[in-house]
Amino acid sequence: MADRTFPIEGTLDLTPAHVHEHTWLEVLHEWVTTVDHKKLGIMYVLYGFFFLLVGGAEALAIRVQLAEPNNHFLSPEVYNRFFTMHGTTMVFLVGMTIIFGFANYLVPLMIGARDMAFPRLNAFSFWMTAFGGLMLYYSFLGGSGLYGVGNAPDVGWFAYAPLTARAFSPGNATDYWALALIVTGVGTVGTAINVIATALSMRCKGMTLMRMPLFVWLSVVTSGLTLVTITPLTAAQIMLVIDRYLGGHFFDTQAGGSAVIWMHFFWIFGHPEVYVLVLPAFAIANEIIPVFSRKAIFGYPAMVAASVGIAFVSLGVWAHHMFTIGMTSVSNAFFVLSTMLVGIPTGIKIFNWVATMWGGKIRFATPMLFLTAFVFQFLLAGLTGIMLAVAPWDWQLHNSYFVIAHFHYVLVGAILFAIFGGLYYWFPKATGRMLNETLGKWNFWLFFIGFHVTFDTMHFVGMLGMPRSIYTYEADRGWGHLNLIVSIGAFIQGISVLIFTTNLLWSAFRGKVAGNDPWDAWTLEWAAASPPPVYNFPTEPSVSSRRPLWDLKHPEDPDWKYE
Amino acid sequence: MDREWLRTILRTGTAILFFLLLPAFAFADGPQPVPSIFAPASTPASDIYSLSLFVLAITGGIFVVVGGLLAYVIVRYRDKGDDSDKREPAQIYGSTQIELAWTVIPILIVVVLFLTTARMIFAIQDAPKPPDALDVTVVGHQFWWEFRYPKLGIVTANELHVPLSTNKDPLPTYLKLYSADVDHSFWVPQLAGKTDLIPNHPNITWIEPKSTGLYLGQCAQFCGVEHAEMLLRVYVDTPEQFAAWVKNQQQPAVEDPQVAAGRQVFETESCMNCHTIRGTAATGRFGPDLTHLMSRSTIASGAVPNSEANLRQWIKDPDSFKPGCLMPAMQLTNQQLDEVTAYLETLK
Repeated sequence: MADRTFPIEGTLDLTPAHVHEHTWLEVLHEWVTTVDHKKLGIMYVLYGFFFLLVGGAEALAIRVQLAEPNNHFLSPEVYNRFFTMHGTTMVFLVGMTIIFGFANYLVPLMIGARDMAFPRLNAFSFWMTAFGGLMLYYSFLGGSGLYGVGNAPDVGWFAYAPLTARAFSPGNATDYWALALIVTGVGTVGTAINVIATALSMRCKGMTLMRMPLFVWLSVVTSGLTLVTITPLTAAQIMLVIDRYLGGHFFDTQAGGSAVIWMHFFWIFGHPEVYVLVLPAFAIANEIIPVFSRKAIFGYPAMVAASVGIAFVSLGVWAHHMFTIGMTSVSNAFFVLSTMLVGIPTGIKIFNWVATMWGGKIRFATPMLFLTAFVFQFLLAGLTGIMLAVAPWDWQLHNSYFVIAHFHYVLVGAILFAIFGGLYYWFPKATGRMLNETLGKWNFWLFFIGFHVTFDTMHFVGMLGMPRSIYTYEADRGWGHLNLIVSIGAFIQGISVLIFTTNLLWSAFRGKVAGNDPWDAWTLEWAAASPPPVYNFPTEPSVSSRRPLWDLKHPEDPDWKYE
Repeated sequence: MDREWLRTILRTGTAILFFLLLPAFAFADGPQPVPSIFAPASTPASDIYSLSLFVLAITGGIFVVVGGLLAYVIVRYRDKGDDSDKREPAQIYGSTQIELAWTVIPILIVVVLFLTTARMIFAIQDAPKPPDALDVTVVGHQFWWEFRYPKLGIVTANELHVPLSTNKDPLPTYLKLYSADVDHSFWVPQLAGKTDLIPNHPNITWIEPKSTGLYLGQCAQFCGVEHAEMLLRVYVDTPEQFAAWVKNQQQPAVEDPQVAAGRQVFETESCMNCHTIRGTAATGRFGPDLTHLMSRSTIASGAVPNSEANLRQWIKDPDSFKPGCLMPAMQLTNQQLDEVTAYLETLK
């Protein structure tokens, strides 16, 4: 039973770092050499956010090009580079870095630890990921090699063989793509090991596995899944580089290689990768929805089981990306079934979130607005996912704009909405200042409207027969007006992201002072000062339930009585 | 308050739109300029269409129930900002019965969906091939389609002709799919779902079109720079039209002495390295067969109409229509251009 007051008093220097005077060189040195999980977490998030702006700019250029038929805003070559870089950037440099930023920042705080298990591995992982991203973007300058052909990679983020063979992709652009992913992969694996080790061995007194906040549980599951899935991707990239430089024939169809084996390698990475990205979004939802509904999460053990279940099932569904490649009917049926099974644990999660809100007193501050929209959009994304799992229908929908709409519903409608919500929620902890609520409401509503204008419409474009990855289309196909609407929505989202950027910069310096626990929340990170000092807690906290701060605030009705 | 209502209205609106728009697509009959998957005109596409309506009904039902619950919760349980009651709501940690219920119901839905889907997969993929079915070999190239009719001795490109299939006289077409270079995908939404053309991995698909006309489609697997202009045109002909087309395609190329100069340009410049014109020295296979070029209504794989001016411009500078395509600009003189265009114009 926790019997001390929060924040935990002690001998640590709790003065915020910025009170001490530093030259900018000292500050820079401190950030570059830091092994503090909080600084690394913030750097991960800022790095990901920077690339979100870059990848977003690429998306806007794509949308200008597609706004009308036979447009000449981008040349075919540049268009193909942009959609390849947009996809690669958003998955590897935005999604992966931001979610690992969250895990880095929050896992030690939530389990009452002073840092990650391996702080220096943590710094190494961040810098590997960071250099991988720079390497990918350096291809714009260095990718043309001696041939003077092409610069950035233009093979799609899925990079299907044999288009990536030297015969079809000369120059060095594809090499930058493969090597950049190998390098970021090393960083990702390092962080995944670190998160698992931290959660398993650094928990404070009283925090059993079944008392870990769901955020930590899901971070562990995500990290485990990452370890399993990055491996085949890295293997495939190495094989590709062997093909391109050492005369290998793994994917070289002209020498008897297999194009299909690349697809298997890529999707056994690529599909679990979706869950690597979306499980942290669930993790954020599991923290924010209860706090703003003022109720404990409904069905904690079921939520844990569902997350582990999703991770396991997701390893057996990869070939639903390959229904059109001519697999046997039995294989197709198998992957239909395994894919539909994912819907069961996912359904449990959605029901449990709704049940958590049921009977609550829901406060719609900005974080909760984003997370409510997250639940709604994730429901729709799941339903279009079921449509795509129906293999015969997938033969029509595959590689059409319907698929693009579906996975942007997951990646933007679910993941990015949750990330925005998470940033509004934990920004006060990381900086000591609140993000501005008025700008937050503008940010949310514009993003919500822009998102639906863009991606709802995109489903229809796909059902009307428009394939993905095309730089232009014929005027008589009847896709023009819908595409214009899609593009308008994209710009509304762009404006919303600019509002968020403004909010971030303004609030970091001028925002309302937050205090330690601005949301009246229940997990351990809110027991530390805002921002938390180096090493977080002067003395080791001790907990006796899933919600230590609830117990403290409600001594008459503590959680530990019921768990 | 009004903001929450706005959201409820938005959601309901989206749902209604979804169901209003879908049938609207389906009323169309026969070939459409908009290649909608909801206007099927051939057997696999129409089977898929009816399956898709079934799936839409189920997912629509789920959406209404769960979305409705969510909307109810948002409206009913929002904090009214009433400061008189500072107490926290009752804490409920879970309920085994309820959680069991919402695990079992989805399992039942999955079983139904899976069985329906599996039945359709086997029906389409393992359909027995009738002995009189028409065979066509499709070869995907960067960035055009080669069509070979092995039993009829025909080779053509980009515009596929197939006979109409009626209930009285069923005549499906079986397509064998190959690729000469990278992955492509054959997709004509009104006729069938897509099937990929993968090097070293031959595939088969079939269509059984039920009304005549021109069906549009295009490559659906990113295959390089000009993937967007790798367009597909499928003509479904009446039996008479199809017989006439076959008869013409089987003829060797027209030999018109008036355009001998153009033919000589074709045979002495590099054109013949990539193109075939049956009955001449040109036997290249890298580009489309031009023996009956004038029987096709488009050039450059559907990128532009097959007019004399377009043809001349295409030979002069292919990149002006299709930047990045693999046909080189041949640097012909104006006179050579006129001659070779005139020659090609005779290849009916």
